[in-house]
This record gives sequence, structure tokens and C-alpha cells, in this order.
Amino acid sequence: MGKIALRNVHKAFGATTIIPKINLEIEDGEFVVFVGPSGCGKSTLLRLIAGLEDTTSGNILIDGRDVTNEAPAKRKLAMVFQSYALYPHMTVAKNIAFPLKMAGEKRDIIEKKVQDAARVLNLSSYLDRRPGQLSGGQRQRVAIGRAIVRQPSAFLFDEPLSNLDAALRGTMRLEISELHQQLGTTMIYVTHDQVEAMTMADKIVVLNAGNVEQVGTPLELYRSPRNLFVAGFIGSPRMNLINGRPAEKLNATTIGVRPEHIVVSTTAGEWTGIVGVAEHLGADTFIHVNTDEAGTITVRTPGDVPVQHGDTVYLTPDATRIHRFGESGLAM
Amino acid sequence: MARAVTTRHRTIATVAAWIVALLIFFPILYTIITSFKSEAEAIQGFSLIPSGTIESYAEVEAQRGYFHFFLNSVILSVGSTVLALIIAVPAAWAMAFSPTRRTKDVLMWMLSTKMMPAVAVLFPIYLIFRNLGLLDSRIGITVMLMLINLPIVVWMLYTYFREIPGEILEAARMDGASLWGEIIYVLTPMAIPGIASTMLLNIILAWNEAFWTLRLTTANAAPLTAFISSFSSPEGLFWAKLSAASTLAIAPILIMGWFSQRQLVRGLTFGAVK
Amino acid sequence: MATKQTNSLARLMMAPSVILLLVWMVVPLAFTLWFSFQQYNPLNPIRDGFVGFSNYLLFFNNPAFIASIINTLLLVVSVLLITVIGGILLALLLDQPMWGQGFVRILVISPFFVMPPVAALVWKNMLMHPGYGVFADMARFFGLQPIDWFAQYPLFSIILIVAWQWLPFATLILLTSLQSLDGEQKEAAEMDGAGVLSRFCYLTLPHLARAITVVVLIQTIFLLSIYAEILVTTNGGPGYASTNLPFLVYQKALLEFKIGQASAGGIIAVILANIVAFFVMRYAGRNLDR
Repeated sequence: MGKIALRNVHKAFGATTIIPKINLEIEDGEFVVFVGPSGCGKSTLLRLIAGLEDTTSGNILIDGRDVTNEAPAKRKLAMVFQSYALYPHMTVAKNIAFPLKMAGEKRDIIEKKVQDAARVLNLSSYLDRRPGQLSGGQRQRVAIGRAIVRQPSAFLFDEPLSNLDAALRGTMRLEISELHQQLGTTMIYVTHDQVEAMTMADKIVVLNAGNVEQVGTPLELYRSPRNLFVAGFIGSPRMNLINGRPAEKLNATTIGVRPEHIVVSTTAGEWTGIVGVAEHLGADTFIHVNTDEAGTITVRTPGDVPVQHGDTVYLTPDATRIHRFGESGLAM
Repeated sequence: MARAVTTRHRTIATVAAWIVALLIFFPILYTIITSFKSEAEAIQGFSLIPSGTIESYAEVEAQRGYFHFFLNSVILSVGSTVLALIIAVPAAWAMAFSPTRRTKDVLMWMLSTKMMPAVAVLFPIYLIFRNLGLLDSRIGITVMLMLINLPIVVWMLYTYFREIPGEILEAARMDGASLWGEIIYVLTPMAIPGIASTMLLNIILAWNEAFWTLRLTTANAAPLTAFISSFSSPEGLFWAKLSAASTLAIAPILIMGWFSQRQLVRGLTFGAVK
Repeated sequence: MATKQTNSLARLMMAPSVILLLVWMVVPLAFTLWFSFQQYNPLNPIRDGFVGFSNYLLFFNNPAFIASIINTLLLVVSVLLITVIGGILLALLLDQPMWGQGFVRILVISPFFVMPPVAALVWKNMLMHPGYGVFADMARFFGLQPIDWFAQYPLFSIILIVAWQWLPFATLILLTSLQSLDGEQKEAAEMDGAGVLSRFCYLTLPHLARAITVVVLIQTIFLLSIYAEILVTTNGGPGYASTNLPFLVYQKALLEFKIGQASAGGIIAVILANIVAFFVMRYAGRNLDR
């Protein structure tokens, strides 16, 4: 079981408030991603749940039990750190076995559980090595292995992929998602990368300056961002945010159109502009167009659209998919 | 152009470096060579080939009681180092793992005590030692050497401990380790290399300390520094014996030094140069 | 909660070190300060008592004092110059690719581990002895008159010995620093058309600046209190030609039993060291912030 609830959780270091009161419910078995720019308080929030930081006020409940003042070890959570935090003087097997040893498990049970975890994570042939002899991806797996052996009620991941190269990041993303399918355990995952959030999460919590901006499934956030911050943060390439006349026409302060919701034509359209840069990715082409009416607009088109720097093009946004935002930045 | 180093460049560098290195090492080498000569040979003029006699070594022990001083050097340097570690490990530990705003000031202040010139307190210390009956006692000198090296020991340990990442301790906490579990299974194994190199460097410093060991000892507690200094009298002109005694005095520490040269840089620069 | 407990525990763990060093620093220094205003002679206690600043005046008016200050400074500055310049050159040489680099390093670092009395006696007797020393043998080989080093150039001889002891330290630290110089930076400078000399001036030297500072500061601490080397070679002489401040204080205190004057000299040494310490502290403090 791993149902986690935050009740009015508040954290301040001296006079600086890191997290103003937050309320959040995380259901058992959910994959929740905390996403936001660096310094938004997402890691602090995770560490509060882990018990590595003391809450200033408010309560943290795990399966209905108030754990606010409990030591990290008693909360039955496991954590994968950004630096992996493997014990450099222990072999892979000893690293994975460490939490079991601390829990006072019998030696043969430890042995079996380590073997099982190693098999799941493809680490069987590395059990006698030390962390220093492993690649980044392998270290990552050991850290995950150390977390899964004790069958915690929830896993906490603190930016676990940020030290890996792009290709490995993709692979590990899949592996962690698969692991979640297999184990069905609650996972809380912190990242600044919205791609990781979108691809892995059941539920995304967008944080900004300690505040929860929006909570929802990836598609909810994509389809109906609650405010300008979420609109700009979720989606790649970023949503075009347009002020001025085009917005006024729709009775809004700002309107937002995603690059994939704009049609390009060489003959006619709502906005006229000149192509600045065209990024050809193969399957897609991102065209950056300098328009008179709406400023610089990014458009996502199929890969075979034949436009070049300096061409004049006409853009038409999909009227049904325009997001309108009011003066306060909230969606209308 | 290939970046491979030409053989010519390498040859020139090798020859030049070896010549300079041998020149620098020459006084030590010549001492070792002379220690295997007889007294007559030693003053016969420059020669790199000794007869290979070990009579000087035998005489240094028989006439001057070398072993007594050697034993004192071992007791004083190891004793003061162990004592310093016992006192410094908790302090450095606390400063590295639960630093406060004043930690930095405390460290700086500790270092500043190291800069107090020994002569400034020579007489008071002499008086205190005399009145406490500590002059020429092993305990007194051990405490003295411990005190003068304590700041360096705290500093070195601190720079080593500080490199143990905090996330590892947090990981241990998450893994269910108690405070003792943390200390026994995680911290201690990770701290041992740092403690070992601190120990090594400190033994070297204590072994070679040549102010207090000369001024506060006469015979009973006198280490090798005092033993060698006694050769400054005209007897020192027995060169083979001087060489044998010198070789015996520096050999153990020279070998330790060779093993600890990397840590030496770190330790003596307080981690500023690695 | 937990943090408060750790804090008081931390204080408890630091207490022994702090208290010991505090006592060790304050008590003897207070004694010295007190003695520096006293007439105190254990051999002739009749005239003992408070004398104001006269110890300082006596010390200042002693021709040995001026000589010792000049000698102290000469010793420190000359050794620093020799070791830093020699150290840079040596480090540059050792940084070249060569055969047997590890062994060369070991040879070069060795003098640092030689205890001061051994270093001084070996140099005095076996190298610089006017009759039988290696230098004398060499001079005679070239048909020159051997030099009586400690009689003719006492301070220079001591400088030579001390420089030999500290050159390895400077070399080792500068070499370590040199090896941490980013290879890509060197290549970038090469691409920008910088020659060997300008690469050294604009890239290597600034990179070494930090290490050079460390060498200068740390050596200064030790060089200000050179003692054993003088004791076993010249004993401060001839006259006061090779007496430095620590040696003068030692002579006043333990040979002449002029405790008041010796204490005044000690206080002056403290002030001198504090001027240096001020810079060391500032430097080390900056490194802590990294």
C-alpha cells in the first residue's frame, strides 16, 4: 500500500518560505511526477515526504498514518538519488543488500532477494563489482535495485536521469515505466524535464516557486492548461503565446496556440510572415516564422514541407484549439 | 601534424630531469654511500664506491645507543599522532557533517594557533614543563607534539570528511540505518583512507619536529632529532658514523614519505591544491 | 527536533580540540606577555620586578636585534625566491613526458622528508666542509681555493641548506597544480596562435598563481621559525651573522637567562608572524568558501 497525503505542508528556512501550504493526495499505485523549473521546490517537497527535511508545519500521511515526525527509515519509503548515492566501498551485491541487512533479514533471504533484483535489472554479472567500475546507466540500476529489494510502500526518485546522456535517458525512462507496471507500487518522481513528466506520469504536479500550479494527467495538462505558466511549461516545442491585437480580437489578454495546431500555407492565411529558421528533424519540421501580427511563431509541420529561410508563408491557427488567458494569467 | 610526442623530445626531457633529480638527491645518496665506508675512507676524498663495511652502523648502536633514540622517535611521533586523531576525529566530523555558521571561524582560528612562533612561548612552556616534572619525559613531549600538529590534523580530516557526499548519508538513512549503522557501515569505511593519510603525514611531521624535541629533552625522552644534533660537536667529524646515524634517522620516514607524497600536497595546502 | 540534538552533540565533539588549543594558545602567551614587562633572571633574582617597556627598549637597542630581523627577512625572502623560481622550472621539466617519471618524482621529493638536523649536518660536514667536503674536492679539481662556507658566507650557507629542504615541497605542489591545467585550454591557446612563451605567461603562470600563493604562505610560516639548521651549523655566528629572531630569543632565554628580553623578543616574533598570518587566513578563508 502506498497512499500518501500532504495536509497544509509548509516549509521555510528561517524567513525564506520554500513551500507555502500545499495539499496533495497521491493514490496507491500511482506514478506521480513533480515537475517545474529549477528552484521551484520540487526536490524539497520530495525530501519532506522522505523525511530528510523537517516540515515547518502541516502533516504528512502515509496510508492514513501521520508520519510527520517519524525518521526516514520508519516511513517504508525508498529513494533513488540524483547522484545515485551508492556506497563506494561496497560491491553491487552489498549495496543492494544494505537495506535488508539494516532491516535484520536472514542471510539466505537477502541472498535470494539480491539475486532476484539483479535479474530484473540485468545486473547479475556485475554483482561483485564496485560502483566505481560501473557505467552511469549501471549505477542507476544499482540504485534502483537498492530501492526495490525492501519492497517499500512508495519509491521516491530525485531527478534520477539527469546525469545520463540523451540515449540512455530514453532507455531508462522506459525501464522505470516498465518497473512501475510490474510492481504496481506508488512512485513519486521529480524532474525538470517536461518530456519525462509527460511520458511517464499518471499524474503530473506542476510546481512553480513552491506553489502547485496544476495537478492532472499529462493529457489534461496538455489540453487545458490552467494558466500561462503551465501552458508554457508543458509541450515541446513550447506553446506560442501571443499578446496584442490577435488576443484582443478574442477578448483575451494573451492567447496560446501550440505549434502543432497551426496550418502553414504558401498562398493564404490569417497571419503573414517570413521564415527565419527551418529545423528539419526528418519526421517533422519546426519552422520559426516572423509575423507582423503575432511576432515570432513556431510551427510544427510534416517533414516534407518545402520551406526555406526567407520564404513568405501564411499561418492559420486552429480556432478550436486556441487557449485564451485573462489579465491574471488564468485560462478563460 | 600528429600530437604524438617525439622520441627526441622525450629523450631530452628524460636526461635533463634525471640529472636534476640526481643532483637534488645527491646529498642523501652520498650520505648513504658514506655510511658504508670506514672512517679512514670517508675523508680520503670524493668517492662513490664504498668498501661496504657496516662497522659504522655497529658503532652507532654500540657507542651512542641509537636504538634508544629510535624508539623514542617512534613513541613520540606515533603516540602524538594517535592522540591527535582521537581528539581531532570527532571535531572534524562534527564540523564536516553538522556545520554551523561559526564552523568556518573555528577552523580559521585553529589554523591561526599553528602560526604562533614557538620561540614566543619557549620560556613559559619550559617553566610549565619544569614545574610539572615533564621535562625530558615522553608523556610531556608527546602532548606537546600533539598540540602543535592538532590544527593540521583537524584541517586535513575536515577536508577529507567534507568530500563524503551528504546524499550517501541520506541514502543510508532511507535504507533504514540507525545512527550507529550509518557510522559503522557507511561513514567509517569511507573515512578510513582520509584518516590513514592524515596519520601518515602527521607521523612525518612529528618525526622531523626539531624545536621542542631539542629543547625539552635531554636523554630519557630524546628522539632522533636530538641524537643527530649531538653530532654537531667536533665528534661529528666522524663522518661514516654521522652518515650511518643519519641514514638510520631518515630511512623510515623517507620510505613513508614516498608513499604519501600525493596526500602530502593535499594535507599541507589544506586541500587548496590537489 | 533532531537538528537541535545534533547541534549540541556536534559542540560536544568539538569541545576537546577547541579547549586544548585555546589553553595552549592563551596560557603560555599570557605568561610571555607578562614576562616581557618584568625583570626576571632565575640566576640573579634580586632585581626582579616590573620594568615597563625597558625590555623592549633593551631588545631594540641590542645590535643583535637589528641583525636578527634582517637575517630573518633575508632568510625567508631568499629561500622563497629560490624555491618558487626553481620550483616552477623544475615542475615544468617534470611535467614533460619522460621515462621513469615516478622515480624522478621520488628522488626530487626526498629532501623534504629529511629531518632538519640531518640536512644541516650532512651539508655542513660532507658537502661544505672546507677540507674534506665534496665542494672543496670539486674546487681543488678545478684548481681553485676551497671556500670555508660557514666562516665566509654563514647566512648564505644556511639559505642554501633550507632552500634544498623546501625546493621539493614547492616543486611538488606546483607540479600537482600544473598537471591539473586543462589540456583543451592549452590547445585552444595553440589554435589562437600563442607561442610557447606567451602560453606560459598568459596561461600557465596565471593557473599556477594559486599554487604559488599557497607555497609562499605555507613556507613563510615555517621559514620564520628556522631553528635547528642554525643550531647545528653556525650556532648563530660568527658574531650575529647568522642569528635569526627565533635563535636570538632562544639564546636570550635559555643561554643568558634574560627572560624579560627574550619574552619581548617573543612578542615581536608573534607580531611579525601575525602580519603573515593575516594574509594566510584571508587566503585560506577564501578557499573554504568554494
